[in-house]
Amino acid sequence: MTIGTDDGLATYNFAYLDEQTKRMIRRAILKGIAIPGYQVPFASREMPMPYGWGTGGVQVTASIIGPDDVLKVIDQGADDTTNAVSIRAFFAKVADVETTTETAKASIIQTRHRIPEEKLKDGQILVYQVPIPEPLRFLEPRETETRKMHALAEYGLMHVKLYEDIAKNGHIATTYAYPVKVEDRYVMDPSPTPKFDNPKMHMSDALQLFGAGREKRIYAVPPHTKVVSLDFEDYPFEIQTFEEPCAMCGAQGVYLDEVILDDRGGRMFVCSDTDYCEKRREDGHRGHLAGDAMEAAE
Amino acid sequence: MYVAVKGGEAAIRNAHRLLADRRRGDRSVPALTLEQIVEQLALACDRVMAEGSVHDRDLAALAIKQARGDLIEAIFLLRAYRTTLPRFGYSEPVDTAKMQVERRISATYKDLPGGQMLGPTFDYTHRLLDPSLARDETVDEPERRDGDDTPAMRVSDILAEEGLIEADGEVDSEEVGDLTRTPMEFPMARDTRLQALARGDEGFLLALGYSTQRGYARSHPFAGEIRIGEVDVEFHVPELGFAITLGRIRVTECQMVNQFQGSAKAPPQFTRGYGLVFGQSERKAMAMALCDRALRAAELGEDIVAPAQDEEFVISHSDNVQATGFVEHLKLPHYVDFQAELDLVRRMRGEHTRRRDTQDNMPEAAE
Amino acid sequence: MAVTGQVVEGGFGDPVFASQSVFRAVMDAMARPGTVQAIATDAMPPAPLNAAAAAVVLALADSDTPLWLDAELAKSEAVRGWLAFHTGAPLAGTPSDAVFALAANPAAVPPLTGFALGTQEYPDRSTTLIVQVESLTGGPVLTLTGPGIETTQAIAPRPLPGHFEVQWREINGLYPRGLDLILAAPDAVICLPRTARIGNEEL
Repeated sequence: MTIGTDDGLATYNFAYLDEQTKRMIRRAILKGIAIPGYQVPFASREMPMPYGWGTGGVQVTASIIGPDDVLKVIDQGADDTTNAVSIRAFFAKVADVETTTETAKASIIQTRHRIPEEKLKDGQILVYQVPIPEPLRFLEPRETETRKMHALAEYGLMHVKLYEDIAKNGHIATTYAYPVKVEDRYVMDPSPTPKFDNPKMHMSDALQLFGAGREKRIYAVPPHTKVVSLDFEDYPFEIQTFEEPCAMCGAQGVYLDEVILDDRGGRMFVCSDTDYCEKRREDGHRGHLAGDAMEAAE
Repeated sequence: MYVAVKGGEAAIRNAHRLLADRRRGDRSVPALTLEQIVEQLALACDRVMAEGSVHDRDLAALAIKQARGDLIEAIFLLRAYRTTLPRFGYSEPVDTAKMQVERRISATYKDLPGGQMLGPTFDYTHRLLDPSLARDETVDEPERRDGDDTPAMRVSDILAEEGLIEADGEVDSEEVGDLTRTPMEFPMARDTRLQALARGDEGFLLALGYSTQRGYARSHPFAGEIRIGEVDVEFHVPELGFAITLGRIRVTECQMVNQFQGSAKAPPQFTRGYGLVFGQSERKAMAMALCDRALRAAELGEDIVAPAQDEEFVISHSDNVQATGFVEHLKLPHYVDFQAELDLVRRMRGEHTRRRDTQDNMPEAAE
Repeated sequence: MAVTGQVVEGGFGDPVFASQSVFRAVMDAMARPGTVQAIATDAMPPAPLNAAAAAVVLALADSDTPLWLDAELAKSEAVRGWLAFHTGAPLAGTPSDAVFALAANPAAVPPLTGFALGTQEYPDRSTTLIVQVESLTGGPVLTLTGPGIETTQAIAPRPLPGHFEVQWREINGLYPRGLDLILAAPDAVICLPRTARIGNEEL
């Protein structure tokens, strides 16, 4: 099947990528699943969106997606951020698949920076867009060196870095892209999700796939796999907490965005996961600013 | 704010419509044709073909027009098209010794077999703006001489006769590396590295090559030879048992000749840096040759002391499509992560204030 | 190469969608070790190649992936011709050169450590071994644990390569090096990635 452009100058395959490229990516995905947390090098292709804008996630999604899939795309937890809209429109066009904003309805969810609040189910696939897949990169810029560290499971440098934070600040100063250890072997970058989302990766029912296009790496966490955030006995890992509930739906224990309301310091906190927030409001939940904000949004 | 992130679809649609309007500009001015771009902005097409890794002038011209003249954007457009094309195989190496030469100069010999030919160069033009180009004035036909079919001997072959220059080098395998089809790995084989440099950003390689001239890994370069012209592209067809010519392409080749005092790994001799790019792009070919030589430091047993010699640094950052994507991705929303940082900074400031207050309240005697 | 009907026919009717659906079944099987994933395919390979094993190879192998065949498959000109025509995969001279290895006779599978096991730096450069089995049920029960398995997963394929449990523990011991196994009955597969542990003795 090919998808033609109007003037016949150029034609593209189903889901954009050619079959040889898909096979190459599919092989990398299988090895990634077989070696959880290990970054499989792959010959990443140029995509019709810029590197750094989700080309890794898009290549993974394009290689796994089929006509029966239902795709959800989020950026910052939201379905309607411009890049999420753009990627969703891309797949609707080149793969002619059904898209959704409902977490529960999606078979594939491509995400940048968040994991949905709603617990993912068996059979769902979460595809992460990853800018810098190497968790050790900011401690050691050389790939040749970090590769050796992973080979030897030599992660002392990472612990030293985290401990220096504690010595300097009294706590670990990493708030997103917080490193995890997968199945007691590979230290892995969870992509720049807030560390709030790290616990959701642990023993998830869903398959988690990670694509880094510019850095040319694919990695994976199978369902029911141990994913543990690095920490110390005396300084256990802890997630962010918010003092107030979502101003729109009243949810607690979810990740909130701070929204500036005016130039006099007025602000509110609302769910970063827009689908979750909308569902709650449909179910009758109301936050303290729900009425006003709803009007303001129209 | 909450409104701003909504309605993404309409915003994108309208932005693209405005882009199309600005691309076209004043409707009373005739639209550019691809032929005009191919013929009159030929060097822009050449750069887009070289860094876009596709030899197709019409597609390059289309990309330049679509990108409103932003060449990196045009390169990106071409790359994103190229990557979807099926591979039928790899051509035979082009033989630049058999080039139909249009320009050929050597800085190392005053005269040499085949002669020096300036060709269509900016060199020795006085860089004075020419108002006549603002009008469409008649341009004289070029001087022509009868074609000389004897191939122009390469300067490296002259030096090789005396054994003064390193040999061509051994190729590990018949299979040529291709970083667009196999994952990159460091250290790289020279073929893959040259491919990366050929696709690399002209400005980045220019700056790195320049840095070697200023003492950051000085390599004593001489422009042994630069040649521009057309070469045959041949493809070996297994079913036929011989190579057939697919067509001719214009390329620029630069062989830098570098004095080398010898090391534990290699005797004193002239060494080479090599540059080959699509089209007419002397600056790029020369910069590539300087970078290639600098990146051979490990192979030749030289100390690695400067950025231009650092393969992982140079190759990881030479691709402008990757670089522009990642730099520009900072435009995308990052508010989830920023929220996490806001929370942390507020907390740390709170702790800092409490600590200071505690210290301020301590009695002097405590010292 | 003589192109005969037997070589040309029996590939995927619609390679784009067939490859995608076979890959998804294999991916699900690899992500959930021990679960039986049906392979619905129109591939009709020459005997003794079975349909599911053939479909997996058609979906994943190509000119970039050296393919090793066991003696039973290698001796069939029809099988070699069919695989070459539909995948373009070059034949691997030895198991250690194979990206994919295909065995029709479980009893004659060479020692697992003889396949490509990757390196400590690049454990992904390892063979995916596809072994045809008669059935995914009815054999001796093995209990699996590991990533992808919530508690335990019982499998009972038959027959398996000789001394399979001992060999597989040896593979487990090399982690992250290792190989990944696809057991292919005619209409379904079970996958054992290198992380799958045969856990009978731990229970």
